[in-house]
Amino acid sequence: MTAATPLGKDLLGLEPLSGEQITLILDTAEPFKEISERAIKKVPTLRGSTVVNLFFENSTRTRVSFEFAEKRLSADTVNVAASASSVSKGETLVDTARNLEAMRIDMVVMRHPSSGAAAFLAERIESNVINAGDGTHEHPTQGLLDLLTLRDHFNKIEGLRVCICGDVLHSRVARSNIWGLRKLGAEVAVCGPRSLLPSAIDEMGVTVFSRIEDAIEWSDALNVLRLQLERMTSGYIPSLREYNRYFGVTRERLERAPRDVLILHPGPMNRGVEIDSDVADGPHSVILPQVTNGVAVRMAVLYLLSGGRPEMAEAAKTGKSGGAA
Amino acid sequence: MLTGGRLLDPSRGVDVVTDILLSDGKVIDHGSNIGHPDDALIVDCDGMIVAPGFIDVHCHLREPGRADVETIASGARAAAAGGFTAVCAMPNTDPVIDNPAAVGFVVRQGLLAKAARVYPIGAISVGQRGEALAEFGEMIDSGAIAVSDDGKPVVSAQLMRTALEYARTFGVPVIDHCEEPTLAAGGAMNEGLVSARLGLKGIPDEAEEIMVIRDILLARLTHGHVHLAHMSTKGSVELIRWGKERGINVTAEVCPHHLSLTEDAVEGYNTNAKMNPPLRTAEDVETLREAVRDGTIDLVATDHAPHHYDEKEREFSNAPNGIVGLETALSVVVDSLVVPGYIDFGTLVDRMSCSPARLFGLPGGSLRKGSPADVTIFDPVQRWVVDPRQFMSKGRNTPYAGKTLTGRAICTVVAGEIVYTLDEQRDVK
Amino acid sequence: MTEHTETILDANAVERTLRRMAGEIVESNGGTDNLIIVGIQRRGVQLADRIVALINASDGVTVPRGALDITLYRDDLQTIGPRPVVGATDIPGAIDGSTVVIVDDVLFTGRTIRAALDELADFGRPARIELAVLIDRGGRELPIQPDVVGRKVEARPGDRVDVLVEDLDGRSAVVLVSKRFE
Repeated sequence: MTAATPLGKDLLGLEPLSGEQITLILDTAEPFKEISERAIKKVPTLRGSTVVNLFFENSTRTRVSFEFAEKRLSADTVNVAASASSVSKGETLVDTARNLEAMRIDMVVMRHPSSGAAAFLAERIESNVINAGDGTHEHPTQGLLDLLTLRDHFNKIEGLRVCICGDVLHSRVARSNIWGLRKLGAEVAVCGPRSLLPSAIDEMGVTVFSRIEDAIEWSDALNVLRLQLERMTSGYIPSLREYNRYFGVTRERLERAPRDVLILHPGPMNRGVEIDSDVADGPHSVILPQVTNGVAVRMAVLYLLSGGRPEMAEAAKTGKSGGAA
Repeated sequence: MLTGGRLLDPSRGVDVVTDILLSDGKVIDHGSNIGHPDDALIVDCDGMIVAPGFIDVHCHLREPGRADVETIASGARAAAAGGFTAVCAMPNTDPVIDNPAAVGFVVRQGLLAKAARVYPIGAISVGQRGEALAEFGEMIDSGAIAVSDDGKPVVSAQLMRTALEYARTFGVPVIDHCEEPTLAAGGAMNEGLVSARLGLKGIPDEAEEIMVIRDILLARLTHGHVHLAHMSTKGSVELIRWGKERGINVTAEVCPHHLSLTEDAVEGYNTNAKMNPPLRTAEDVETLREAVRDGTIDLVATDHAPHHYDEKEREFSNAPNGIVGLETALSVVVDSLVVPGYIDFGTLVDRMSCSPARLFGLPGGSLRKGSPADVTIFDPVQRWVVDPRQFMSKGRNTPYAGKTLTGRAICTVVAGEIVYTLDEQRDVK
Repeated sequence: MTEHTETILDANAVERTLRRMAGEIVESNGGTDNLIIVGIQRRGVQLADRIVALINASDGVTVPRGALDITLYRDDLQTIGPRPVVGATDIPGAIDGSTVVIVDDVLFTGRTIRAALDELADFGRPARIELAVLIDRGGRELPIQPDVVGRKVEARPGDRVDVLVEDLDGRSAVVLVSKRFE
């Protein structure tokens, strides 16, 4: 909104951000990693701020990750697990927004089953809104932590070859990754049966592989998506067994690759379906570092969105290096 | 007595600035020197176009059942404000208009409204459930002028066939909402790059085209008259052309929004750009415009679909489909087709008045001597800003809010009575 | 209004001052045992490095050197909004029971030091914390006093006192930048 908030009021997705903004978040996440290594994993930065975790879909891991991030910044957190069916009429979302605002909540972290729900909320309340996943649209903090994990390993993103494998059609993680990687100059590919890829995928600036072997041969890193059983209401693929046979990331396939391919997975995993256990637990898997980075990235996002009031900044203005505090 | 206007009547190839006299609900004559009784009401139409009244063959008036959103009266008044002298009301109300009593109700409410004429369309199937035929004969005797299950497609080809054959007995068109339900299920907008980016399930063109060709083939089989509602894709236009070339009795309509907006209007999850069939691509818009020009698409209808503000004020995938259109239709068509030069005003009048009347067997569509005195008087060049709060319709759900459009209905006459005049003081510039 | 820059300490003067400060630190601690020098990002860290080198030269002992970035502990974040966290925080080993000497370039309002004290408290409980600053320019807003001072400088509220270091500014000096009506 102002120069004091480099990301604007909300984080709704990676598509609206510039490469510089994404890099700023990643750079800001670095010192937050260090805080999670301390004995006292807390800094007072968001002390006095209230953050509501508004989750309309079940998600233990994302919600807990956000909760850690918020508490490590000394914010007060409130978890609201709303039922999506009770808001299927939609008025509830508008009313929820107004109620939150009336309670003077500073930030809302929301996950919702409808695409565009985060934007819907953000347009109607003054609080900062962080999209923790809206329908099949975007999951920006997941995209960011994937980028950070890649950067940790390769020391760069530009020119990296990353292939996203699986149900891209229904995946908000895939979309956020595609935008984030492209904005930072990576080469992006997808791999999966055509029935699980959007029909317009060829216009999204990515290479399409129909065979997982080709994808593995091309890639520096694979981001293996969970086969979203709950979203496939009308059978886009015949069976999980067939999926694993033709698209599963297995040790044998990785061993035939010309280089060590880094393995990412947003979790939770369907072991033996999209990814085999010996790959998930193997030496090239960074699935656990992804989780660690998740907390750091979320701390960075919360920190960068916490707005200042510029009219008070004048009074608070201090000199440069020598004069400051 | 309408003086000094440009009388544009494509039914007779008349285009002349002249005076026209109406009396006892009928057109008496036109000419520069016709006399008039001393007590005649004189309406100065200088600078206006005087045309046979526009007829909208496709709108949703929501009554019975959802009078909170629109009534037949408010809808008829909205129609008059848009320059329409007659509208045909779709039967997907609550309860469905599938019997003579319900048809009679609509007729009566329309008469009481004293605005645009309201012709009911009866359902094809009882309850629009797609199973048993409704009683076409009884409904038509009570005043229905066509049958449709619009809102929904006729899924069963067998039922559609039977409907087309049975309707031949009464000489009415069968209007189909072309949507293959399994392909379109859950879709919220056109399938393409925008839907992929926004994470919304898309409806491919083929969902419409599969039913279009099916209906054309059934019309060929049965020699019935099928009228295809709200066409939206270039593929559909090609198929209609194919059918017409072979002499099949297929007619088609297009809505103003499909002539002017693309799927880009959905950006930002704008629920006022959500309708079924959805807004498509620039190529589709271009093809539809050409089709209106060459007559492949026979007429323009609004598919006026009011919704309550609260219903549209929600997450995109949960919002209902549809936008209002009666009060913006003329202007959108002028802006999208006449101004860029696809058609002239003569063709516009044909597509909005003469063809609907002719194809649906309705009175009007012409201002020859003895025709009903249904007249649309409009300003072809006036620019105005759309303000939904000024609408006569109860619905405010329009994507044109705040937009400046060209062309405006100034005065609407039904059966010789003025049912609408643009009040200059209300004009928001 | 123009900017007028006056050099208060040149490179040699800075070196002499730091040498004296290093000596005072060791003296007041009674030696180098349990001593940890912690610099405040960013220029405090550069100065801390030089002090550690000077102690090494005089006493032959390399005292552990840590760094603190106090951005996240600032008390004005709610008004000015998020600042980039430019430097690393790195505290070598456990600080319980040791003497921590905080090193910063300029002491002004005292708020940076307050933030540093809060941050150190999250790492442990030193036996003693001392403050060493190259420049004390007065203008305190909190009851914070340095134990070791390089030089006191009179500066008016609109003035800037800048400490320049080799690694970041290309040279070593202390300058006073004031605005004058010309």
